[in-house]
Amino acid sequence: MANWVPLWLHKLGSPPIFYRFAGVVRPWALALAILAALAALYGGLVLAPADYQQGDAYRIIFIHVPSAWMSLFIYGAMAVAAFVGLVWRIKIAEVVAMESAPIGAAFTFITLVTGSLWGKPMWGTWWTWDARLTSELVLLFLYLGVIGLYHSFEDRRQGARAASFLALIGIVNVPIVHFSVNWWNTLHQGSTVRILGPSHIEMSMLWPLLTMMLATKLYYIASLFARVRADLIATESGKDWVRAIALAENGDRP
Amino acid sequence: MNPTRKRRMTIVISVVAAAVVAVSLTVFALQQNMNYLFTPSQVQGGQATQYQTFRLGGMVKSGSIQRSSDSLKVSFIVIDAGGAMPVEYTGILPDLFRDNQSVIASGRMDGARFIASEVLAKHDETYMPKELKDAMAKAHENKKIDEAAAKDPVQ
Repeated sequence: MANWVPLWLHKLGSPPIFYRFAGVVRPWALALAILAALAALYGGLVLAPADYQQGDAYRIIFIHVPSAWMSLFIYGAMAVAAFVGLVWRIKIAEVVAMESAPIGAAFTFITLVTGSLWGKPMWGTWWTWDARLTSELVLLFLYLGVIGLYHSFEDRRQGARAASFLALIGIVNVPIVHFSVNWWNTLHQGSTVRILGPSHIEMSMLWPLLTMMLATKLYYIASLFARVRADLIATESGKDWVRAIALAENGDRP
Repeated sequence: MNPTRKRRMTIVISVVAAAVVAVSLTVFALQQNMNYLFTPSQVQGGQATQYQTFRLGGMVKSGSIQRSSDSLKVSFIVIDAGGAMPVEYTGILPDLFRDNQSVIASGRMDGARFIASEVLAKHDETYMPKELKDAMAKAHENKKIDEAAAKDPVQ
């Protein structure tokens, strides 16, 4: 690998080191995720005032919007890992990309379901084929396609390579989801929270939203690391380091 | 970077670039057909004539809502910056339906009127507490009164 890559990153590419690193980080990430989620839910469902227009019904935003952000964020992370895996053939990158897909699919599914539940009382419909809703549904199908393609190969690494290509091509959809509300006339409203310029949401409603965003990010890390560890144990089952771990856990029992 | 990796990177990047170009061209070509709705001025400009049914989007004109006393029939006027169109609808309206609300009605033209089979309310991306909205509305009203007073020095 090139010289500019820090040594620790290089080391993380080795399965036993990543396995240990993920094992140390995972419980912390999970605990912080639960704490942040509880704080965000309390802030969003109890402390935040009702909206001037939608009343209490807007509170589903604290689940819907962070999930939607994660559905795009995880796709981006998956595509980057897939790219690294394809070009450098680093096993960890392939595993990270493939194990991200089910988590991203889950967040996309939550986004679609909560959006539907929110759409019925406010818009008057469960579903409509506008650009934002349709592109988010396409995102779910892309995730499912990646998962399906990965598991349709006998050889895991061959499957990962094929599915990585699909994941990379599908990245085209991510800006479409994000900008659909600006590019077309849609039923879905534009973005509320903006990185550049002021957000269209009051502070008492914004902080639970951002806290929930942090919680979902941490949950992603925790969930991903657990999945990667399980995947590594399975694919590397013949290697010495797995045997060493198995012996250490089971003592002298065969 | 060794030649093998360089080659792989070139292949991967060119495949992704090809996908981006293909999708952008498709989206660009579909731009006109992907209109979710037409505004009253677009309809009056003849842009929706090729469609049997389509969606009409705009704002409910303030004070134009007329409810029938013995049925669910309701009529109102949908406006945009350059046009207005009378709409008729029979059925249950979403909670957010009211004066000055953005709505999207799907249905067909009947002469100059639009007969809607479904009316959806579109809301904006702003969220704020009711108290703040009331305070802002009050401040706005005061300002209007001040302006009116300034314009009319006799009073």
